[in-house]
Amino acid sequence: MRNHTPVPTPQPGRSTAPPAVRATAAASAAVVALTLAACSTPAAATPGIDDDSVKVGSHQPLTGPAAAGFSSISAATKAYFAYVNDNGGINGRTIDYVVKDDGYNPATTQSVVRELVQEDKVFAILNGLGTPTHSSVLDYLDQNGVPDLFVASGSTTWNQPDEYPGTFGFNADYVVEGAALAQYARDEDPDAVVCVLGQDDDFGETFLEGVELALGADGVASYQTYTTSSEDVTAQLGAMKEAGCEVNLLATINGFTAMALGTAAQMGWSPQWYASSSGGDYPTLVGFLGEEVGPALLEGFVSANYLQNSPGSDWYELFQQINDEYNDGAPFDGNTVYGMSVGYLFAEALAKAGDDPTRESLTEAVESGALVGNGILPLTFGADDHAAYDGVGIAVVTGGVQDFVGATYRVDGDAVAAAEPAPVPLENEGIPTP
Amino acid sequence: MTRSPARPGTRAPRTTRAIVVRAVLLTLLALALTFALDPFRNYQLAVIAATFCATAGLTLLVGLTGQLSLGHAVLMAAGGYGYALVAGPAAEAGLGGTARFALGILGALVLSAAVGGLLGLAGARLRGPYLAGLTLALVIALPALTTQVPGLGKDQGLGVPFEAVPAPLAGLMVVEQWHAWIAVVVAALAVTPLVVLRSGRAGLRMRATHGDEVAARLAGISPARVKVGAFVVSAVAAGLGGAVLAVVTQSVSPGRYSLAFSLLLLVAVVVGGLGSIGGAAAGAALVVLLPWLVEALTSAGGLSADLEQRLSGNLALAVFGALLVAVTVVWPGGLAAASAGPRGRLARALRRSRADDGPGPTSDAAPAPASDPTSDQASYQAPDQTPDPLPITER
Amino acid sequence: MDRLVLLVSTGVARGLVIALFALSLVIIWRAARIVNFAQAAMAVAAVYVAFAVQQATGSYVLALLSALVVGALLGVAVERGLMRHVAGRTPMPGMIVAIGLVMVLQALLGIFFGPKHRPMTPVLSEAPLYVGDVPVLSRYDLFVLLVALVVVVGLGVLFNRSTLGLQLRASAVAPEVSRLLGVRVPRMVTIGWMLSSAVAALAVLLLVPTELGLNAHSGDVLFVHAFTVAVLGGLDSPAGALVGGLVVGVLISLVTGYASAGLAPLAVLALLTCVLLVRPGGIFATKEARTA
Repeated sequence: MRNHTPVPTPQPGRSTAPPAVRATAAASAAVVALTLAACSTPAAATPGIDDDSVKVGSHQPLTGPAAAGFSSISAATKAYFAYVNDNGGINGRTIDYVVKDDGYNPATTQSVVRELVQEDKVFAILNGLGTPTHSSVLDYLDQNGVPDLFVASGSTTWNQPDEYPGTFGFNADYVVEGAALAQYARDEDPDAVVCVLGQDDDFGETFLEGVELALGADGVASYQTYTTSSEDVTAQLGAMKEAGCEVNLLATINGFTAMALGTAAQMGWSPQWYASSSGGDYPTLVGFLGEEVGPALLEGFVSANYLQNSPGSDWYELFQQINDEYNDGAPFDGNTVYGMSVGYLFAEALAKAGDDPTRESLTEAVESGALVGNGILPLTFGADDHAAYDGVGIAVVTGGVQDFVGATYRVDGDAVAAAEPAPVPLENEGIPTP
Repeated sequence: MTRSPARPGTRAPRTTRAIVVRAVLLTLLALALTFALDPFRNYQLAVIAATFCATAGLTLLVGLTGQLSLGHAVLMAAGGYGYALVAGPAAEAGLGGTARFALGILGALVLSAAVGGLLGLAGARLRGPYLAGLTLALVIALPALTTQVPGLGKDQGLGVPFEAVPAPLAGLMVVEQWHAWIAVVVAALAVTPLVVLRSGRAGLRMRATHGDEVAARLAGISPARVKVGAFVVSAVAAGLGGAVLAVVTQSVSPGRYSLAFSLLLLVAVVVGGLGSIGGAAAGAALVVLLPWLVEALTSAGGLSADLEQRLSGNLALAVFGALLVAVTVVWPGGLAAASAGPRGRLARALRRSRADDGPGPTSDAAPAPASDPTSDQASYQAPDQTPDPLPITER
Repeated sequence: MDRLVLLVSTGVARGLVIALFALSLVIIWRAARIVNFAQAAMAVAAVYVAFAVQQATGSYVLALLSALVVGALLGVAVERGLMRHVAGRTPMPGMIVAIGLVMVLQALLGIFFGPKHRPMTPVLSEAPLYVGDVPVLSRYDLFVLLVALVVVVGLGVLFNRSTLGLQLRASAVAPEVSRLLGVRVPRMVTIGWMLSSAVAALAVLLLVPTELGLNAHSGDVLFVHAFTVAVLGGLDSPAGALVGGLVVGVLISLVTGYASAGLAPLAVLALLTCVLLVRPGGIFATKEARTA
């Protein structure tokens, strides 16, 4: 018997498990524990970490229809880790990042995550991408006590400390983004007719919740949805145009943001566009729309973000440098900044998890509230808050450059309010210290 | 229907009892095997067993009755959702252990049989490509269905209660091995009846219907009833597979049961050899293990990051496609035929493909009854399936 | 009212492309009794070439011609190199080989070109033209309509007014008799493949500018819709493909506009189920077609 075998420990948060099962599980746990004790296994039980290195894993869509636009994230994270490793690592340990392709298919996610945990024996899972994909392994990671850090999705599912004590989100959640964009629209023009185009899943619905938080239940003139399987939004935009929409809030991924803008332009309609951070990256959108028409269509385009995307900021320049040196100079866009910021946050958590980190000390470090990250607002992690950001800044494209305009909003409970941006300064060349 | 004499070396199961004995032995062997595997391999074994349930049903449907279903993923999904919809509330009601599992399985059986029955009714009226078209539209509509029908959990799907290792076994195994046990036993229960059916009168009726519907009707067989029956049987097996997957992964969601997965099931039965249950098992192992093997190879090969990213996923797909083409064109018996005498099969296949070169596929347009046993791969199994002269009990 | 007009005209424009692609499936079915699942993947490969030609020369006309030529050549290659060697008197082995071919082609396109969408701008404006106050078809939609009409009329003349067309039809309906009468049936099959693949490549070329961009999966949804349409109309019936394409295009557009995008696949499934329940061989099925 192997020492890493997952023990079916009773999970206090698993509401689905009836008492009988919990009792059974508890009994099994006891027996397994005894068996394990009987086996002559070394006490250094934490997998994936030794004195020289730490191994973390991730599932990302590298192939399939969802790969476009997302596959560059893990490459950027890898590049950042290579930079850290070249500079001595964290507490003397290098970071080994194992990325597996799941093609955005939950079935594959389930398989590769088990492989990462059981075969590759990773210390933690980092930045698993996608709501339907990552949801399908939440229980598994929880039952096996694997830290599940900084999930790449703005679903509110990740922020359930009681149910999933080891899971932490990274994105500002869709409620926050929806609320902030809607409030900005209201602040800019109190009388504007606001509409929402959303993906017909968790993304669109949670975003709409946020929008209604800011505008009230009847503040949205038209809510239209699209499915990723049909690359045509003419009918939806026709309805929005007819409803007299002036500001269109988009809960769309980059490809469909581009489709929406392109289709509206073809209809001869030019409303204002406000996109979430998942579908508001300027270089990516220009890639979709083409160099000829993209920049013109995107002038004045509003989006939300929480990372230091400002061209010219210290972080941006450092990341560009790392990208040139460790990522073969791959195209530098929002995904690059995102991937490297995820890497930085993990490195920081690792640095603050003690000289001999365990899985417990890693999650404790995140919950301690000691992490500062590199966003434009302070992190909000705590024992009862597993979301990274409760606010976002507003960025606007001006003259082909996407930059923050200073307007920043935070969501506290059911209220959205303006806040002061507080960008985290760059320290120690972007290598976190304990 | 012309029949070649049974070749030596083929082991056709003769009686129900022999089939059951063999099934029990194989099951025990598989259960013993789980002790030699680490948790991840046991997880893979469980997934293979679940996939085997579906491919066994599909190979019967396509191979024996000649109905091409591109929607078998939906039937698995029906089983998974059937399980989740019953086991979830059962868990909330405080039910646990065997009772909850049994109820869940019952839910899977009912839902998959219902969907299979409806498809079967359609299949009885529709010919090849029309049925393929309908099942294709169905599998494409699955994500929309789960989004639009309340209670199916949209694209995130439904959670499924965790099945822990029972106390008496807890000292022996970890949860992955226990799940592999569940999967192996359910697969045995799903597939054994298929083998019995296939070697009995029902199998004969299916082949008769496929061979020549008019002749079958003259012989007193109702092709519609046979086709619906085949679809339901095949659907129930697939549904059990879906239920097992739901238990093993603790979730069921539409993303898993895509068109691509449906096509992979087809790859499994074609490469395994249409109509062959053993082939369906080999095919199931192939579609589960090959992507993982290819991924392991590409990531170990020291390729550049960009190339590795491009190969990842795509390479396995290319291999599957190439296998599908190669097996159908060159080696129509699949793996099953290979194990039954590769040279003879290959030679025959080559001879036949040469013979067909001249007229070209247009000769199909003539309404030639497919009474010639070489008319398609399915009939290649015919020699193995010479019906027993003695009446066989069908239970 | 404006909305209805917009939705119907959008549906017609999308439906035309679906109809054109469905027509290519009908051609191949009539010629070779094969449902070519690889049609979309082959067409996308041809459009990659057309895309490269347009990038290099800047000429849309050359791109269009190269799509047609490469499409036709791919058709010949697949028929001569692969399909001809598929044994069997039922359509099933051919369908299975075609499914294998899709996997191979999409994987190769993915390996060579990566997952990126390559934007293609339409040759004509997509801004709608107004009749009075009501927006109707755009210039590009009219162009698609024109191309579709030319193809349909051209194929009609070819099949019904020429000796080659007579031979094509004869060898599809009665290959043995045709052979006895001196028609080179295998050659007719090859020509059927050429025509079909060229039309499919054209349909995908017309489609891509209205979508996100060129990608290995650009033709997937089009194929699914077109296959549904071909089955709906009857695999033997060109008229069925055209009518079915327009019906499905308008249906999808109306359901998306008035209900939700998520309902569209269910509406298509429901339509298909209802039609096949009443007419198992499709709307325009002839008795003969059903014995195929």
